Amino acid sequence: MSRRSDGGTVREPLEVLRAVMDPEVPVLSIVDLGIVRGTEVEGDTVRVDITPTYSGCPAMRVIEEEVIAALKAAGYHEVAVRTVFQPAWTTDWMTEEGRTRLREYGIAPPGRAETATLIQIGRATRRVACPFCGSQDTEVKSEFGSTACKSLHVCHACRQPFEHFKAI
Amino acid sequence: MSSAPLFEYLLRLGDDRLVLGHRLSEWCGHGPILEEDIALANTALDFIGQANLLLGLAGRVEGQGRDADALAYLRDAPAFRNHPLVELPNGDYAFTMMRSFLFDAYDVQLTGALQRSSHGDLAGIAAKGFKEASYHVRHSGEWVLRFGDGTAESHRRAQEAVDELWRWTGTLFWPDDVDRELAAAGVAPDLASLQAGWQAMVADVLDRATLQVPRVVPLTGRGYRRGEHTEHLGHMLAEMQVLQRQFPGAAW
Repeated sequence: MSRRSDGGTVREPLEVLRAVMDPEVPVLSIVDLGIVRGTEVEGDTVRVDITPTYSGCPAMRVIEEEVIAALKAAGYHEVAVRTVFQPAWTTDWMTEEGRTRLREYGIAPPGRAETATLIQIGRATRRVACPFCGSQDTEVKSEFGSTACKSLHVCHACRQPFEHFKAI
Repeated sequence: MSSAPLFEYLLRLGDDRLVLGHRLSEWCGHGPILEEDIALANTALDFIGQANLLLGLAGRVEGQGRDADALAYLRDAPAFRNHPLVELPNGDYAFTMMRSFLFDAYDVQLTGALQRSSHGDLAGIAAKGFKEASYHVRHSGEWVLRFGDGTAESHRRAQEAVDELWRWTGTLFWPDDVDRELAAAGVAPDLASLQAGWQAMVADVLDRATLQVPRVVPLTGRGYRRGEHTEHLGHMLAEMQVLQRQFPGAAW
């Protein structure tokens, strides 16, 4: 809890933001997604740093509005949202809880992001475990999916097509 | 250092992305298969997102009150600073993928180096751009392999595409005073230092695709830095800008 100037208390910003969901993957909170990079409270004012997942992420403006609305509803009078670019977002920042929720939702969570600087073209893509039956016998159908952050796969064991949150 | 060279440099970076992003978005609803339609729309979104960040930064550096939208929609072709390579019409899918591959291979080198820029905002935008360039080049590179090493027809089209596009790659590594000044200040990389990595990647993929590296000498020159473009850019902008030109400031 943080103490307000009028003596009342408000919940910590990060705790409030755990209820703000990614509009494109509504089971993931923006905290689970790893895009909240910092919060700073001074009296009734809070500053939140968020970082985009992708340069063209169309959800950033909606997320910013929802962050402001949630913190105001929690009792903060002034909310400033700042977009930061460094360090660049990586799926490695996604929480374990977020990964579990994704899998339950039917989206295969990201593996470790590759940090190797060597880019290989035409290499075999890593197998992604099916979020429905757990089989490794899956195949990538497209590196791009319904949103910039996902790719399309199919499971040969249970014949189920599924999406995978790309590791970047 | 005055802000003029930095503004000019940011326009170059932003305009390449805006123009290529728009060209790729023209495939939306026309892709050869659904997955490719989605892939190109996603890639276009990455480029337009990068353009928004870079042109927004350019506007702040310029300090004349122009934002990213004003720079994108209210300039005429002679004020654009993109490379001619990215403004060429899409042609067939082999041509589009070959153009993307030649640009993406350059973009990997460029954004990779720009992550170490002494300009913090630019370095941050580039760090994100590098991740995006890395999977763009895997996508376009894999199509070059598939077309080149595919059927006789796809091979023919891929070879014709690279033969036509090759001449337009010369300007990518041809520095002028702006590039040199920013390189000296640590803001931008030395363009010549990027060329070897680009050549190695392009030669490797073309070789594996059973395609020949064209023998034509690429065009250099700096006319496009003064706003001399191919006839195609004006037509593209007419379509891209029509709404803001007809209804200035329209928003929804």
